[in-house]
Amino acid sequence: MSLRRDFARRRNTGILALLVATVIFILPFLYIFLMAVKTKQEASLFLFNWPSEWQAWQNLVDVVQTRNYMLLLAYFNSTVITVGAVTLLVIFGAMVGYVLQRRPSGWNKLIYACILIGLMVPPAIVPTIWVLQGLGLFKTIHGMIFIQVAYGLAFSVLLYRSFISTIPRDLDEAAIIDGAKPWQVFFKVILPLLKPVTVTLIVVQSIAIFNDFTNPLYYLPGKENVTVQLTLFNFQSQFQSQYNLLFMNILLVTIPPLLVFIFFNRQIVAGMTSGAVKG
Amino acid sequence: MASRRPSPYPYWFVLPAAVVFVALFLVPTVASFWFSLTRWDLFDAEFIGWDNYRQFFKEPFLVQGLTNTLIYAVVTSGAKTVLGLLLAVLLTSGIWMQGFLRSVVFFPVLVSTIGVGITFAALMHPTRGVINLGLESIGIDGPAWLSDPALALYSVALIDIWKGVGLATLIYIAGLAAIAPEYYEASRIDGATRWQQFWRVTVPLVRPATVTVVTLSLIGGLRSFDIIWATTRGGPGFASDVLASVIYKQYQAGFYGLATAGNVILFLLIAIIILPLTYWFNKREVDL
Amino acid sequence: MKTLRYSAVMAAAIAWTSGMAQAELTLSVLIDNNPETIASMEAVTAAYTAANPEVTFDIEQRAGGADGDNIVKTRLATGEMADIFNYNSGSLFQALKPQETMADLTAIEGQANVLDSFKQVVTAPDGTVRGVPFGPAMGGGIFYNRKIYADLGLTVPKSWDEFMANNAKVAEAGKVPVITTFGDTWTSQLFVLGDYFNVQAEVPTFAAEYTANKAKYASTPAAMRGFEYLEAVFKANYMNEDFGVASFEDGMRMVATGEGAHYPMLTFGIGTVKQNHPDSLADLGFFAQPGPDAAKNGLTVWMPAALYVPAASPNAEEAIKFLNFVASVEGCNTMIGAAGASGPYLIKGCELPADVPPAVADMLPYFQTEGMTAPALEFLSPVKGPALEQITVEVGSGIRPAAEAAALYDQDVEKQAKQLGLPNW
Repeated sequence: MSLRRDFARRRNTGILALLVATVIFILPFLYIFLMAVKTKQEASLFLFNWPSEWQAWQNLVDVVQTRNYMLLLAYFNSTVITVGAVTLLVIFGAMVGYVLQRRPSGWNKLIYACILIGLMVPPAIVPTIWVLQGLGLFKTIHGMIFIQVAYGLAFSVLLYRSFISTIPRDLDEAAIIDGAKPWQVFFKVILPLLKPVTVTLIVVQSIAIFNDFTNPLYYLPGKENVTVQLTLFNFQSQFQSQYNLLFMNILLVTIPPLLVFIFFNRQIVAGMTSGAVKG
Repeated sequence: MASRRPSPYPYWFVLPAAVVFVALFLVPTVASFWFSLTRWDLFDAEFIGWDNYRQFFKEPFLVQGLTNTLIYAVVTSGAKTVLGLLLAVLLTSGIWMQGFLRSVVFFPVLVSTIGVGITFAALMHPTRGVINLGLESIGIDGPAWLSDPALALYSVALIDIWKGVGLATLIYIAGLAAIAPEYYEASRIDGATRWQQFWRVTVPLVRPATVTVVTLSLIGGLRSFDIIWATTRGGPGFASDVLASVIYKQYQAGFYGLATAGNVILFLLIAIIILPLTYWFNKREVDL
Repeated sequence: MKTLRYSAVMAAAIAWTSGMAQAELTLSVLIDNNPETIASMEAVTAAYTAANPEVTFDIEQRAGGADGDNIVKTRLATGEMADIFNYNSGSLFQALKPQETMADLTAIEGQANVLDSFKQVVTAPDGTVRGVPFGPAMGGGIFYNRKIYADLGLTVPKSWDEFMANNAKVAEAGKVPVITTFGDTWTSQLFVLGDYFNVQAEVPTFAAEYTANKAKYASTPAAMRGFEYLEAVFKANYMNEDFGVASFEDGMRMVATGEGAHYPMLTFGIGTVKQNHPDSLADLGFFAQPGPDAAKNGLTVWMPAALYVPAASPNAEEAIKFLNFVASVEGCNTMIGAAGASGPYLIKGCELPADVPPAVADMLPYFQTEGMTAPALEFLSPVKGPALEQITVEVGSGIRPAAEAAALYDQDVEKQAKQLGLPNW
């Protein structure tokens, strides 16, 4: 097989793959964009065509202003939930992963059982509401943060445990001999070394939590608690005949993950695969 | 074990995580077994024995939800596994624009499910939707994707596959990267064709990735809710209802005991399917 | 990440300042997304704010049908309800456990104007009144396009057979005979619910026996007919091509503009046409759902929805003042001015204007003749199952035969009756 023929073959498969991928994976996004900049009448036709009249700015303003700037409030809430939950997931997850990997004992079986349950069992919704009400956490932002932590823990413990196994024990032992307390060893020596996997975890979990729809739907009712995904769901009935605004909303909701994706593409790939394959 | 000095890896490190997990995950899960035996309106729970379970299995649409859940999980995870592997092979073969194509395939994974649902509901509109207009232009009369009872569940599954295949591809790409090139070298010297290489080298050696993809997508498929709710809400009628959407409807109708019984059934279903599967996967691994 | 945080801070700042810039009290209102509801609520709140500048309103819209029931139920159960909300009267109202969840409105000033017939359908089991009427009484029947009827020389049918004969002629002329909009699933129930006048004409004791768990849809031929009608329309292929995804607003557009001839619906659709297609209002006509016997045909009537105040509202006092205004003649006239008069209001002294649209003129004679109307079943019995709209979608899409569907609905109802703790279930 000559080099040139090989190159041509690769290029041709590439072009073919690109064409197919464009139709299947890119056109839907282009469609969202086109619908979002159309006028109300044109958007209601559902056609895939260039808008005859661009109305991007007006649609944007309309969506943002809907229901007294609800979308901005939603961005704020979603950000607070995401940042809060991811921070706790990093710290809690790393602490458990560390002890789990470093200290073999009978308890580990129990912890692994909990991880398996956490990955597999669907949350019992109404009883969870009942518990949240009892703790005074129902329909509160911090309650939602704890829920996301509870549901995301299993994954982050697994991710950290497999990464910590690559960190030599000599490091913690050296620190212990120097007289460091356990929490000093962990926070000053180990945690900084976990940076690569932490970046991954932050990216992966923040996207998952930001995009979460089901849990806020159940546990976070009330319009002052609205999250980004819920605005989309609520506006579906409000914008019944204003598809341009509905799609502008979809576009706005898609932008944060797109940015994260552009800047952290490599970490996402590393995290999704290492966590999944090794774990 | 029993050293005088406290361990440098103290168990209280586990405590904060354990408190959250036990309070918000384990306690509700255990409590659900009790509440599923009651008629419950969040204020009072009246014990009614197995009535909720009897009710659940008596109603044909709840049973249909059960079969739909199985069909949906098998179809989506099967397709994600097969397509994911094929795409991964293609996207590691050094084709032109490989990196860009990987990103394109993966991006839908990161997008809001509700947004995807609304978008595809518009694209799949039976008379005005882009898909059917496209088919019409080449002389095909497109079906009512989301409102034909025989098709709705599969159309939703198709959207799910579109959204999720990127993750499977990614896991497979990592799995393929872990295969030592010597294996391919050796089989080429033995005169194996590319097809034989795929079956004799790639498929067996990429096994760990397959295990992950199958397990993850099966669990995801069995629990699937958002994409169904964003497109068909279980309709037309009950044609695309799955357990999770049936549970949600009982919850919304205020039948909290019944909803919780559904939850327990879903939990048992997942356990019955996933536990033997992981056991079998692990055993095979040892055999190899 | 950084950009996200900045925008979040800005969002908080904007949300805060915009909150400050407003008047002293903002009442939150949750209404369904029907255009007639929206227009009425916007007009009546604007009028109230004009008279009381210190009170403003934040109106939130929700879906209709079972989705809407779910939103209302969940938000009441979790204490997240708006200060004022609109919701059905009758059995759906009873399912909200009004004596626990809603403020007692028996003694408020506005009730003096409300007709007793309405008070009955918003009275909790403990005898207290919990709502004030919002909107006009409605008929459940069939909208038709007057132009198509004139062009094809059709007359308003009094019996089901005449109706189907008309449909055959409409189909021949290349128009859609029966507009069907299962995209909004609740619209699928009309043939069943709107048939109740005919059911009770044949079985006068049905409602009482039904509540007592003695009569069933599946075992009462008269009651099952509604399901059979749905099936007949599907089998004759009389529906629009996109029936599975079309919405309520699509349906009203189609019947008003002549894309189709008939649309089974409640008369609040008149307000929708007035909002969205005012030029076609003159082409819209209405008749009661035809039954087996042309001599015994009459109209099934829905009481209007009501406005309620949740028991937990911190602004109940101010909310009740607003409800007093809604129940006044002035409030009533404001709503008629905004949404049009699509039916009789249940406020004493609130008369309809002389020049009503033809569809309303078609409906009024039923009200003016003794024995030509009957309340819908949901105002006579608290028993209504949550899955009816999915079941009727099934029948109307040919998934389930009528008899089986009626039996299934009887089962569905059982869950609700048990949850309500009714005797005999």
